[in-house]
Amino acid sequence: MNLPIYLDNNATTPMDPRVLEAMLPYFNQKFGNAASRNHAFGWAAEEGVDYAREQVAQLIGATEKEIIFTSGATESDNLAIKGVFEMYKEKGNHIITCVTEHKAILDACKHVEKLGAKVTYLPVQADGLISLQDLENAMTESTILVSIMYGNNEIGVIQPIKEIAEIAHKHGALFMTDATQAVGKIPVDVIADGIDLLAFTAHKMYGPKGVGALYVRRKNPRVKVTAQMDGGGHERGMRSGTLNVPGIVGLGKAAELCRLEMAEESKRLSALRDKLETSLLVMEESYRNGNQEHRLPHVANISFKYVEGEGLMMAMKDLAVSSGSACTSASLEPSYVLKSLGLSDDLAHSSIRYGLGRFTTEEEVDFAIAQTMKAVNHLRDLSPLWEMFKEGVDLDSVEWAEH
Amino acid sequence: MAYSDKVIDHYTNPRNVGTLDKSANSVGTGLVGAPECGDVMRLQIQVDGNHMITDAKFKTFGCGSAIASSSLATEWLKGKSIDEAMKIDNMDIVEELALPPVKIHCSVLAEDAIKAAINDYRVKNGLEALVSEKSHH
Repeated sequence: MNLPIYLDNNATTPMDPRVLEAMLPYFNQKFGNAASRNHAFGWAAEEGVDYAREQVAQLIGATEKEIIFTSGATESDNLAIKGVFEMYKEKGNHIITCVTEHKAILDACKHVEKLGAKVTYLPVQADGLISLQDLENAMTESTILVSIMYGNNEIGVIQPIKEIAEIAHKHGALFMTDATQAVGKIPVDVIADGIDLLAFTAHKMYGPKGVGALYVRRKNPRVKVTAQMDGGGHERGMRSGTLNVPGIVGLGKAAELCRLEMAEESKRLSALRDKLETSLLVMEESYRNGNQEHRLPHVANISFKYVEGEGLMMAMKDLAVSSGSACTSASLEPSYVLKSLGLSDDLAHSSIRYGLGRFTTEEEVDFAIAQTMKAVNHLRDLSPLWEMFKEGVDLDSVEWAEH
Repeated sequence: MAYSDKVIDHYTNPRNVGTLDKSANSVGTGLVGAPECGDVMRLQIQVDGNHMITDAKFKTFGCGSAIASSSLATEWLKGKSIDEAMKIDNMDIVEELALPPVKIHCSVLAEDAIKAAINDYRVKNGLEALVSEKSHH
């Protein structure tokens, strides 16, 4: 077992060697520009892209022409939000999203607000799920788009996508989902789920960084987005720029591997995750964040009360994890996702996210359990709050000298 | 962000972790910070009849830099008179631990904890509380 152990697979994943192998020829042998129509180099690159487009489409139940390659999920999110607003603003200016979305969605929404859009940010319930009734109530005649993420990056909860899509469609709005954490991990089917636009990226599913895709529905209804990048008219005019052929080939291969191995892999991961979580929740004053039933198979987010997340990560130096603690962010604010669940700031500060992946072994999980327990106990011995809790002091009754 | 060797040393082998009897007149206790802010420090001093600090203990909820700052503070407090201890400046802690700008508030908290502990002792023993010329709040 090599240390440190990587358990931050929601941030990014290592590339699968099979993906790397598929990509390699496209750097120096089949290096052509996929838009070069008049020679063999261009044809070879185009063939690679076409094949990848099929592989990607197959993973999400789409057709090849509905896949727009981008530089990643952030670009796909931006293209969807800004592109839909620009294309459909004559029809209406209202967009609905939710407070636990990734910043790429939230900030793109803020951008279109400056251009005249009205955006409703739905709250989430204590388990991280939105209320369908809230969504229904928020729909208006001018709603053009509902954008709700598939699986959350911090807590892993999976929103009721199909039901959300039905509500959006009933009111004549499009449904977009940021499925960055879900695609490749759980079955995602744009037809069955009723998705009109869907964003995802390669590096969260064992592919390379710097490449992603936006699914844009072509039938029932035919969806259009206004391009946000002007140029040669690539990707059916929706995203200009010479195609990142090796990256796209890698995304295609990554998608194929996920599709073929998903059923078995998600079972393996959820068993490992459950072992990790169950073992850690045995500790006093530790809490699971997010819905237990509706969630991704590979994520656990746990708050260890009375210890601070960054201090905890420092004590678990052989584990690469992440925390909702303020100290890990530039803003010194604790995670807005955890706070949206109604978690008090101190519990948000005390949270650790474990993201398991394809290369995580049971031995590593066992090690992570042991190291976490040791670190939590060590830091609780240092914690004045733990001592006060043990003495029966009600911490809410203490007048803290805030600074 | 990488931690300095000194932060890692204090974090890994914290000095003077513990609890003194806060009800004793010879003990001064400073509890500063708030759980919502992600750090709480409790610093305690044991003071003899000559107002000399003979022992110091801490417990801290917070990041590595907060733990290291309070551990260092207890080391510096021992053997000082309460008047000397009052002069410990947060920037001395920043310098000693090579704290980056984003962690300066950890040293401020340690200085506040020192001053709060001294004042707690002073008030218990019929001395007036001292007001620091710089206020961090």
